[in-house]
Amino acid sequence: MSYSLDFGPVLAGFPDLLRGCAGTLFLAAAGMVIALAIGIGGVALRSSPVPALRWLVIAFVEVIRNTPFLVQIYFVFFALPLAGLRLPPTPTAIIALGLNGGAYAIEIIRGGVGAVPKGQVEAGLALGLHKRDVFRFVVLRPALRAVFPSLTGQFVMLTLTTSIASAIAAYELTSVAKLIENESFRSFEVYGTITLLYLLISWLVMRLFALMAWRYFSYPVK
Amino acid sequence: MGIPELLFLLQGLKWTLALSAIGFLGGGIAGLLVALARTSERTALARGTAAYIALFQGTPLLMQLFVTYYGLALVGLQLDPWQAVAIGFTLNASAFLGDIWRGSIEAVPRGQVEAARALSLGYASRMVDIVLPQAFRISLPATVGYLVQLIKGTSLASIVGFTELARAGAIVSNQIFKPLVVFGIVGAMYFALCFPLSLVGSWLERRLAAPTR
Repeated sequence: MSYSLDFGPVLAGFPDLLRGCAGTLFLAAAGMVIALAIGIGGVALRSSPVPALRWLVIAFVEVIRNTPFLVQIYFVFFALPLAGLRLPPTPTAIIALGLNGGAYAIEIIRGGVGAVPKGQVEAGLALGLHKRDVFRFVVLRPALRAVFPSLTGQFVMLTLTTSIASAIAAYELTSVAKLIENESFRSFEVYGTITLLYLLISWLVMRLFALMAWRYFSYPVK
Repeated sequence: MGIPELLFLLQGLKWTLALSAIGFLGGGIAGLLVALARTSERTALARGTAAYIALFQGTPLLMQLFVTYYGLALVGLQLDPWQAVAIGFTLNASAFLGDIWRGSIEAVPRGQVEAARALSLGYASRMVDIVLPQAFRISLPATVGYLVQLIKGTSLASIVGFTELARAGAIVSNQIFKPLVVFGIVGAMYFALCFPLSLVGSWLERRLAAPTR
């Protein structure tokens, strides 16, 4: 073997890589917030009395879930300026991530909402709670708690998906790694290192969600 | 968007299909071995494959492609881009399918294995005749779901420089300056591949859930 590994450029660029990790986490967190909002809003719309709205949500979910994220991010990247919205790559990537994650969140949360017994909703209404409060406290919270493990898995996936945002040069770890690779040609060393960084990031996100589950959902079941 | 552009996209679609097929077949064979190792009674083997699965599930597919692509070149294997990418997808599929099938094997009622043992069936017969046929049925919905994920995932081969559907779309888009039309068509092609599979997947899931509950 004539090739010898040289991690010099990786070490020299390590502060940049760490900033890239922060960029990845920011992208993921912002995407998750949008995804959760779309997920909750979508589930509410999906039980709307207007059939057109219900079908819109179903179509959105199926289109997003059956096309690659790369095509979606390209589409958003080119569609936003045509709609008169000129955004830098990073906000564009956040919108694409939010839309993608939102479709999966709708499906996951819908499963949880479907598992809430009908009698509980009726009991809430009988107690004189407002419809909105019944949705918030009687339906949504137990539903989120029930699907929290799947939601965690989906959001870890969303975190890993942020690497595709490098295709439109959003600021995150893979883009930073590409810059270092272009200057040093140490492709394997650079990508091998950030693969381990991604492993660390996904572990961190998983722990964070476990902490959240413990903090918000550790009330007794019955 | 004329006929030549459309033909170019179809050319890309062909490679997307080929890459998905290779990934699924290669990953299926390797994934079965991973699943068997993961459910093995030898702790070292089970732990090793657990780490293998965690590695692939905890890192982006794009990085896995990059690392196999450059890693194979590093150990002196001169491969075409499509070969390197095919190996990358095979490894990824082996980990994901391995984990899906691990779950299916574990979902086969314990008594089945115990009964096979009581009949003094050996490991091979126990697996081939008793456990795997039942696990196969349980695994179908998730396996089809992963196939959809794999087809969508092949679009990342375009970032490594391999001309499949997504890259064909990017090339045509750069030529005719109509990105929304081109990516709309490309998206529709992926949808035409994935949506029927998704429907089959959810149908299988419903059918599987019916008799057991």
